[in-house]
Amino acid sequence: MRGTTRTVAVAAMSAVALLAAGCGGGSSDDNTTPAEGQAGGEITVFGCNPQNPLVPQNTGETCGGDVLDQVFSKLVHYDADTAKPENDQAESIETEDNQNFTIKVKQGIKFHDGTELKAKNFVDAWNYAAYGPNGMYNGYFFEPVEGFGDLQCTGDGDDPCAGDGKPSAETLTGLAVVDDYTFTVKTTEKVSNLPVRLGYTAFAALPDAFFADPEAFGDKPIGTGPYKLDAWNKEQSIVLSKNADYAGDWAGKVDKITFKIYQEVDPAYNDVLANNLDIVTSIPASALIDDKYKSDLPERNAQKETGVIQTITFAPTKVDPNYADPKVRAAISMAIDRETINQQIFNNTRVPATGWVSPVVDGYKADQCGENCVYDPEKAKALLDEAGGFKGDKITLSYNADGGHKEWTEATCNSIKQALGVDCVATGVVDFATFRAQIGDEKMKGMFRTGWQMDYPSIENFLAPLLKTGASSNDGNYSNPEFDKLLDQAAAATDEAEANSLYQQAEALLAADMPQIPMYYGKTTMGWSDKVTGVKITAFGTVDYTQVSLK
Amino acid sequence: MGTYILRRVLQMIPVLLGATFLIFAMVFALPGDPLAGKCGERPCPAAYAAAFEEKYNLNDPLPIQYGKYIGNLAQGDFGETYNGIKVSEQLKERYPVTAKLALMAILIETIIGIIAGVLTGIRKGGFLDNLVLVSTLVVISIPIFVIGGLAQYFLGVKWGLFPVTVTSGEATVYQLLLPAIVLGSLSVAYVARLTRTNLVENLRSDYVRTAIAKGLTKRRAIGLHALRNSLIPVITFIGFDFGALLGGAIVTESIFNIPGVGGYIFRSIRSRDGASVVGAVTVLVLVYLVVNLIVDLLYGLLDPRISHD
Repeated sequence: MRGTTRTVAVAAMSAVALLAAGCGGGSSDDNTTPAEGQAGGEITVFGCNPQNPLVPQNTGETCGGDVLDQVFSKLVHYDADTAKPENDQAESIETEDNQNFTIKVKQGIKFHDGTELKAKNFVDAWNYAAYGPNGMYNGYFFEPVEGFGDLQCTGDGDDPCAGDGKPSAETLTGLAVVDDYTFTVKTTEKVSNLPVRLGYTAFAALPDAFFADPEAFGDKPIGTGPYKLDAWNKEQSIVLSKNADYAGDWAGKVDKITFKIYQEVDPAYNDVLANNLDIVTSIPASALIDDKYKSDLPERNAQKETGVIQTITFAPTKVDPNYADPKVRAAISMAIDRETINQQIFNNTRVPATGWVSPVVDGYKADQCGENCVYDPEKAKALLDEAGGFKGDKITLSYNADGGHKEWTEATCNSIKQALGVDCVATGVVDFATFRAQIGDEKMKGMFRTGWQMDYPSIENFLAPLLKTGASSNDGNYSNPEFDKLLDQAAAATDEAEANSLYQQAEALLAADMPQIPMYYGKTTMGWSDKVTGVKITAFGTVDYTQVSLK
Repeated sequence: MGTYILRRVLQMIPVLLGATFLIFAMVFALPGDPLAGKCGERPCPAAYAAAFEEKYNLNDPLPIQYGKYIGNLAQGDFGETYNGIKVSEQLKERYPVTAKLALMAILIETIIGIIAGVLTGIRKGGFLDNLVLVSTLVVISIPIFVIGGLAQYFLGVKWGLFPVTVTSGEATVYQLLLPAIVLGSLSVAYVARLTRTNLVENLRSDYVRTAIAKGLTKRRAIGLHALRNSLIPVITFIGFDFGALLGGAIVTESIFNIPGVGGYIFRSIRSRDGASVVGAVTVLVLVYLVVNLIVDLLYGLLDPRISHD
């Protein structure tokens, strides 16, 4: 069995940062179905098991995120085509120094339970999320807000929140309610892209009903989105129905969406073939071979690049010094024939990467990796010889054996072996949990596969969390003061273009150090039944429900 | 007979306790950390991890974790999965589906298997015998995911005779029919072969010859004497198979997306979800014990020489 389906399949492929909304920019192959069809009716969509109660502050994976996206509107909405953030619940978000933000909320927006959305709903929700003892998965998104540190548990051992470890404050000093519809945010350091981040699920407002009974809320969340949740039948289905009071710009066309929960994508795909299911959000490997899905579902499939990147990371130098020399790293990168592997193993469902940032985000610049990411076996060999050859006895590339990574890692190793003449072995680690534990404990030597799925559509999200000194997902312990400095400057820049340019300069530095080898950008492929029309994919790999309708 | 049953029921208690502890310890001993896979490619946020570990007692040593678990279990509380779903509710929803599926499969394999076995056994070497031998050989040698996948594609997707998947918890007999046939197909082959071999063996034995010599019709000699004795190993197999089908229908469950127990246990093991595994397996062990008891009692009915007094 291919695992807890998407959790492992997707989780294994990339960070399960929640896919929040749409963003275009990337090329789309055949992603245009004219939006005709009638309004109303109901559709069924592939779903999977949410990993946590359905609270936006506690959901960081696609299974719950796909549902929450429809139930909760956010301050900012990402355009499905261009990824551009537009104000949704927010009337305005203003700042003069990238550190003090004033956010005005539109009046008259109602939660599904009839209460009105007010500024305090945001402040309360954010404080709750940031407060350590609440253990909210998305709590770390509030790190930039002033006072975050005082809300974290400081103790050691089993329960860091017990006794003296209890946080010294319960609310963020950086948040203040000004009036019913206005609040202010103060960040510890300058954050130029804060407004872009506000479209992420973690920043959704919570109604008073949540604080009265968080557990019941997690079963039946209440938001302000275009759909409200009717029922969550555990491990079977999640039923959404249209929110009649929705006044925003992104209403859906169908009256009812049922997420049918599958453990595997194969049966879901077969259900689409038999018109028992309307949309399947990924295509099983068996149907990708020779593009079988295109003949199975003619004119009823689409593919689009999404904000996902696959990389190969080198173990920190203190763990494995054999890969410390950037020339060795560059030589290995040049020895990988990404194009052929994509064709033969992935059936062209990926895009060979030319840098560290996904093409779907604002600020993307092509070819940042330069010739280091272009397959050139002669040059690779010459570069390795120049570095004095490979010091260890063989190159290793580790992967988690439960996620379907065996084929491409072995093909990658063969490519390296042939080009460099150094033995390369793809090593499977029993499962994803063990794999991540070994990386976290710095026991993994050699190279290992890594991936990232963006939280919000910004170039910053592909650089800071992954490669800044001491960042939470910096698996290779990369540290470059110049790179860090450029990121800080970019965060402080008041002009968007200037910020992007600084981020691009930072990314360009990576080509010299090669802390990670860029491999592939992700693509999402979907298929749908005879009954629906207007299915479009957002850059987050989700369905754009504003367009889907029955024929 | 009464004391025998009582003794067997009492024996179940230490077996159950031992089984739960062993399973608990085995899940506990698995490498890796339940949290590591939960947060994707990034380490879990510290606050989230702390709350998670606290909730599921992950910081306690094994005996204390087990003690807490058994304490709750004694009060009927099976605990929660790592997704925060009550295990007892999952079991309540999943066991009926799985039991229905397993019973249908058992019914199919028993009826078809025994009839095929008898027909081939009494005409050894005939056309039917060869046909059954060859076709069962084919079924045994094809992996179940191939049979299941082909059946689903042709009978479900292509020709629309059966529903493609089950998905819902209130699965109807019709929805489960195709999966049950797939699930039972392998066992049909075993039952048929087991019945045939034993029947052939017994037909040659002295007591059958005596019965026929006494003037019994062939039909009575086979049906009453030979077949009854021949069914003992078959019943043993079916009893064992019922238990195996309950927990082991993983492949069939995943092909037809049946919300059953097998896949549930499999996924729980992968995510180190101790409470789910132990809960589901405890019920499974209980079913195994009861079915074995029934099988043992059936021996006595089939062959009066096996006495339980």
